[in-house]
This record gives sequence, structure tokens and C-alpha cells, in this order.
Amino acid sequence: MKSAFLPVVTVVLAIIAFWYVAALPMNIHETLTAAENAGISVNGGDAKTRAAASGIVLALENAGLAAGGWSLDRPRLPAPHQVAAEFYETTIQEEVFGRRGFVQSGEFSKKSLIYHGGITLSATLLGFVIGTALGILLAVGIVHSRTMDMSVMPWAIVSQTIPIIAIAPMIIVVMYAAGIQGIIPKAVISAYLSFFPVVVGMVKGLRSPDQMQLDLLQTYNASKSQGFWKLRLPSSVPYLFASLKIGISASLVGAIVGELPTGAVAGLGARMLAGSYYGQTAQIWAALFAAAILAASLVGLISLIERRTLRRMGVQP
Amino acid sequence: MTDSVGGPIIAAQGLELVFQTGDGPVHALKDVNLNIAKGEFVSFIGPSGCGKTTFLRVVAGLETATGGTVSVNGMTPDQARQARAYGYVFQAAGLYPWRTIGGNIRLPLEIMGFSKSDQETRVKRTLDLVELSGFEKKYPWQLSGGMQQRASIARALAFDADILLMDEPFGALDEIVRDRLNEELLRLWARTEKTILFVTHSIPEAVYLSSRIVVMSPRPGRITDVIESPLPRDRPLDIRDSAEFIAIAHRVRQGLRAGHLDE
Repeated sequence: MKSAFLPVVTVVLAIIAFWYVAALPMNIHETLTAAENAGISVNGGDAKTRAAASGIVLALENAGLAAGGWSLDRPRLPAPHQVAAEFYETTIQEEVFGRRGFVQSGEFSKKSLIYHGGITLSATLLGFVIGTALGILLAVGIVHSRTMDMSVMPWAIVSQTIPIIAIAPMIIVVMYAAGIQGIIPKAVISAYLSFFPVVVGMVKGLRSPDQMQLDLLQTYNASKSQGFWKLRLPSSVPYLFASLKIGISASLVGAIVGELPTGAVAGLGARMLAGSYYGQTAQIWAALFAAAILAASLVGLISLIERRTLRRMGVQP
Repeated sequence: MTDSVGGPIIAAQGLELVFQTGDGPVHALKDVNLNIAKGEFVSFIGPSGCGKTTFLRVVAGLETATGGTVSVNGMTPDQARQARAYGYVFQAAGLYPWRTIGGNIRLPLEIMGFSKSDQETRVKRTLDLVELSGFEKKYPWQLSGGMQQRASIARALAFDADILLMDEPFGALDEIVRDRLNEELLRLWARTEKTILFVTHSIPEAVYLSSRIVVMSPRPGRITDVIESPLPRDRPLDIRDSAEFIAIAHRVRQGLRAGHLDE
């Protein structure tokens, strides 16, 4: 752990530094327009010429003004501290000190990322549970039935070649027509993305016992179900956890994508969409970071359960 | 070949096994005739591809002969397998890493439906038999390779089958550990009076352990010599320096060489 600290910090600092530098040419057009409006003379011609000019060239020509790009109201690329401020305001500030926040009103504020994250999280978890259960069932079927192996596996693979962004609106429209809305369609999209890694991992895991292990059970005249419960299932546990880690992050992506086409008013996806409608780039980035933190926590949680489970299964620490 | 009161426990007559492979048929066993009496320790020795393991697998009902007959305890191998007539020890211990040593030995007992209390006494007894008492709660990774293989022998003994089929059980172990396990196996054989079929690559191992040595040769897999051992049942390790021992080893080696000259 300790040895990883320095490299990780170095990389994070490098990314932040790059981000600050990149924000200058990205925002230079708006910076110069604002400066001109304030009566400062700028290099690079009038607004029309500047619009066609490269951001890097403009930033170099107006080196003295470029730093203004770090404090614009509506930057193209918000600076890290602006995103951090937005994140703080829509989490701790809003919930702890805000009038509508959890501390003062007893429920989460509709303007806070915690509220939106919670909406997305519930759809993610429901979709993850459905996807995992479906994935395990399909894998068991595929391993035990050649017919299912031949018929289901190709469709499972095909299902993942369709871009989720294309199929998500259809799922939502079809389910809406059937009178189902709210968390379920999002969970279905989550499940659609997360069942696949579970199927692939579980099929591999259930098939992982070697011929000798299978022969051994045959010498005991063990039944197929004994072989499943005593050998195949325990053998598949490490594979299952590897799949679950991919599956839960896929679930989160699915839930967010499920919020995009519906014009949903709540959830991290809705937050990103609203941010892009109103040019609130800092809001988009803050929602992105919230999603990333959520995904990392979920994967971390599964890793923790994995370690506990494998230790209880006596695996060499 | 060997007469005994109850007749042979394993009897093979004109046994043939042909595998159909992509390169055409492979004659794994050809005209194998062998009777094994109760309580014998029979070693099968020969180069790779001579069919010694295949013969063991046919006896175990893991492969089906394509010709001739074989009976185990008066039944077909498949019936014998279903009657759980034998314990099988593979080259690798193959213990389940998620089960303790005791749990691994309990595996066949659970599958065969022994009662919980019976399971406990049997685990204790077989652990004692392979000199692993005190390791019941340990996991396989905490044991050396030799101890793991002893645990796998205990697993094969736990349900008290009369026949023990061992397929190069010590092949992956070093010489020193192998010697110790050979001694232990002889003690175990004396105490349990099981009928043991033992596949090996090692001439000293075969001669040291066996009451009878079956020499086989490949392409097609067949028996080229069967040697009755005149050594006493009680054998210290240094019997391997005796003239008798060396004479038998010499005959085994000649049998192996003759098999090769046929090609």
C-alpha cells in the first residue's frame, strides 16, 4: 500500500497539471471575449477572426490574459478547482448547510449529487442483482446442456455487439408502452450490460475443474448435482468475483445511459444531461467524478467481499 | 496365474482397447490376460504409452474396453464403480483447496451418504493410517507435496473399498519423500490387507513394493512379463541392496528392454 502511494500521487498531480494547462487554450476564446468586453485590448484580431483561430496560437499570443480561462463562469473545460468547488457545493455544502439539505430538512436535496447518486445507485444495484442472477443461471445451463451452449452463447455475444446507447431508448420506450417506468427500465439496461461478464466468467469457472477432478468424482459414482455443488460451483468462485467486478461497473454505466434518453430528472445521467443543456460544464464534470467515485467504491466493496470469501474458503493468503 | 480360495478379485481375459484418434486407431491395450487375487500388491511398469494407466482406468470403469472381458469383484468395472469397490489415487493429489484436509477426506463420504458421526470416525482413522493425525484442520497449501499425496491416499481409503488403484501416486515427488512413502504404503498394505494395483515408472519402486510385477510394452500396449516376487512381505528399505532384489530388478529391466527391441 505504502509503496503505491508516491507513484499514484505523482500520476494524479501530472493529470491535474496537464488539465490546468489544457484549460488555457480550451477556454481562450471565451476568455478573450470577456476581456474585450471589459475594455482590454487583445491580440489575434476581432472576434470573428479569433473564432477561426487555433486555441493554442491564441493562448500563446495572449499569454498575459490566458489565465483568466481558469475562472470563467461557463468554461468549455472547467479547471480542476472549479470542478472541486462544484462537487463540494453539490454534496457537503448542499446537504449539510443547505436549506433543502439532509441536515436541515431530513431528506436529501434534489440539487445534491448524493441524491442523484442514490437514484443511480439503486438502479445500478437492482440491475446488478438481476444481471448476476441471470448470468449465473445461463452459465449453469450452458455448462450442463450442449443445446444451450450452442443456442444461448452466440446470442449472448451478439447482444453485446449492439451499442447500448442504441438499444437503451428502445428498452425504455417499449417498457413505457407496457406501463413500466421508473427504476425498472434503468435496471433492465444495467442487467443487459452486467449479465454478460458473469456468463463468460461463470462458464469458464464452472468448466475449470480438470479431467482428473472429474474422474475422481466418477470413481465415487457421484451424481451430476453432487459434482456441481461440491466441485464446479466452489471452483467457479474466483472467476465469479472477477466477473462481478466488471459487472458492477457495467451496471453503473447502464444505469447512467438509461437516464440519458428519457429526459430523466433525477440520477447522475440526468445531471450530466442537464449540465450539457445549460452549458454547466462544471456540473457535468462533478457528476462524472461522482459516478467514478461510486464505481470505484462498488468495485472496492466487491473486492472486499471477495477477499473475505476466499479467505473463508481457505485460499492461501 | 495366482490361485486363491475365493478366485481372482480382478480378472482380465483377452482385453483390448483401441482409441479412435485423428491419426487413426491407437492400440492402447492388446490381448491383456491377468488375474489378481485378493490381498496382492501388483505393480505395472513400462514406458509411456504401454497402456499401464489405461489398464487401471479400464479396471476403474473410467474407460471401456473394446474387446475381451474384465471383471472386478465378479462385476463389470462399471458396476464395480457404482458399487464403490475401489479407491483411486491419481498422480496429483488433487485436493480441493477450499476444503481442509479433513474436509477433503470427507468428500467421498459425503457423496456416498455416510452419517455425520461415521464420517468423523472414518476421517480420524484414515488420517491416522497415513500418519497425518493433527492435520485435519489444515488447508492443502499448508502441507508439503508428500503430505498432500498421503492425504489423497487417505481420501481413497476413507470409504473402505477393498481395492486400491494407484496411478503413479509418487511420480511427482522427490526420491527421499518417495522412499518414505513407499515404506508407509507397505505398512498400510500390511495393516489393511487391501488389494493394490500400482502403476509406476520406477523399477526400484515396483520391486520394493510388489508381490507381483507386470512388465508392459507399448505399440500395442501389452504384457511382456509377469514376475512373482520372492521377497518377504516385511521389507525394510535396505532390502534394496540384497542380491534377490537386484536380481528381480535386473529381470524387470530385461523385460522392459525386450519390449523395446520388438519395435
